[in-house]
Amino acid sequence: MTGPHVWRNVARISLLLVVASFVLAPLWATVMGGFKTNAEIRTSAFALPDTWNLEVYGSILADAAFWRYLGNSLLISCTAVVLTLLVGSAAAYVFAQIRFFGSEFLFSYLLLGMMFPFATAILPLFIKVRDIGLLDTYWAVILPQTAFGLSLAILLFRTFFQQLPKELFEAAYIDGCGYVRFFLRFTLPLSTPILATVGVFVFVQSWNNFLLPLVVLNSREVFTWPLGMMQYRGEYVTQWNQTLAFVTLSLVPAVVFFLAAQKYIVAGLTGGAVKG
Amino acid sequence: MTDTTMPPPEDRPAWGERFRRVATNGRLTAVLILLPPALILFTLFVILPLGESGWYAFYDWNGYGTPEDFVGLRNFEQMAGHSVFATAVGNTVKIIVVSLLVQMPLALFLALLVYRKTPTNAAFRLIFFVPYIMAEVAAGLIWSFVFDGNYGVTASIATTLGIERFFVLADRDLAFYAVMTVIVWKYFGFHMMIYIAALQGVPEDHIEAARIEGASRPQIVRHVQIPHIRPAIAVSAFFAIIGALQVFDLIIPLTNGGPSNQTQTIVTYLYEFGLTRLRIGFGSAVGVVLFVAAVLVAVFYQRIFMRKGTP
Repeated sequence: MTGPHVWRNVARISLLLVVASFVLAPLWATVMGGFKTNAEIRTSAFALPDTWNLEVYGSILADAAFWRYLGNSLLISCTAVVLTLLVGSAAAYVFAQIRFFGSEFLFSYLLLGMMFPFATAILPLFIKVRDIGLLDTYWAVILPQTAFGLSLAILLFRTFFQQLPKELFEAAYIDGCGYVRFFLRFTLPLSTPILATVGVFVFVQSWNNFLLPLVVLNSREVFTWPLGMMQYRGEYVTQWNQTLAFVTLSLVPAVVFFLAAQKYIVAGLTGGAVKG
Repeated sequence: MTDTTMPPPEDRPAWGERFRRVATNGRLTAVLILLPPALILFTLFVILPLGESGWYAFYDWNGYGTPEDFVGLRNFEQMAGHSVFATAVGNTVKIIVVSLLVQMPLALFLALLVYRKTPTNAAFRLIFFVPYIMAEVAAGLIWSFVFDGNYGVTASIATTLGIERFFVLADRDLAFYAVMTVIVWKYFGFHMMIYIAALQGVPEDHIEAARIEGASRPQIVRHVQIPHIRPAIAVSAFFAIIGALQVFDLIIPLTNGGPSNQTQTIVTYLYEFGLTRLRIGFGSAVGVVLFVAAVLVAVFYQRIFMRKGTP
């Protein structure tokens, strides 16, 4: 390696470290904040704590409400993922495999959901959910989330299904395998990469969603974690160590999930978005 | 040949026969079983609410009973004359400008630094992407701590400089700059990832050829890499603009739209003046404006970028 190259690389790495510290400093202060007293946060927000005080974190972990919020979110997100994958792939399969009068029209119709933001229709959605009698239930969040996720899911699924080898279907068809059975026995098992990508996308969207639960959920028993977090913040307005510990613990599942499924998450959140 | 009856010509079976075939080979059944769930869910929770916002927008309605008090365009007129709505739109424009002029160049610059596949680069990419996977509400709460003049970074700065503690989020002039800082922090990693995926698709021999011809690094970036990833830049601009139209979650924990409505965005405005005051008609009118804006962006995007033969 020659001199200029080394220096260029040193400059590059230092620059990246500066940006990395801009990204990580707030997160660091948050994690550390949970170990400190409020007086200590006040004087040194970024230093290591003088003594590692585990009380605040402990009290949150012992709080049933904290687990309740996470459990609610998990239930809602998982159901939304399963529903989106099932309903979306079924529809996409029809569009990929069967030509019928109006199929192009229906396909375009189902893609309309990608045209506009969720918030556009949030008030009528609130009225609708209320009139159906779903207000303050898990379904009030699950069903609209599924419906809004369908457009992208159907688009990505159809593209993927169309690329599956046609010979497979013809062979199965001659053996007497019908469309529905072929879908369940062959198409779905062969499509795990795209199912995973879309599943991760829907999960992250659902897990992080705030506006919809805020509008349709009222009681703390059904709160998702972002609502629970805001509630907690409201209760401990002046006690940052409590709030910061709560935020840290609430983010743990997302970070673990991200590290575990990194490949799919990056593909789902950027690749999926790009194709859309 | 002689003792079997000829089947009807393959391309024109009798109607009854055709129907029987269609039904028994499962094609019709498949369509009737597999398609309706998606159509019903989508119609009920996406299309109907969307259509209804176009209907409610012309009524003065608190959400109970059926809308009866038809007011024509009054909701829209009120909105247009409301200074807070003007602030909200202005803020949205500011977010778009910052996204295009600060966030995207920063993301592209970083992408160029880390797009090659090495372990160090992978680690930096991972770090830069972390804010994006976090919930907006959590990010907002964390930064409301950072900007808290009594506790956070601004407090540390004030202490270090020996000046009086200051409260960025409570300052009418500064609050929105704080919001935009958080937006850049939260989303630059997403744009960077889009560019990285595209940069990795630039053929290595193009770059090599340019280098052999004596092109410098900045020249290669300008004349080889950037032209190659233009579609990715277009996509990221599209997401930046659509994203700017929807900012809500971040604002609530950071400023809740304050101080004195200086940090409202279109969606916080819709929430605050439509839902919390149960003015469903007025809020729906805001929704309609948002919808029109989103459609315009989408159409504009298609016109500009899809025409030029980019996939």
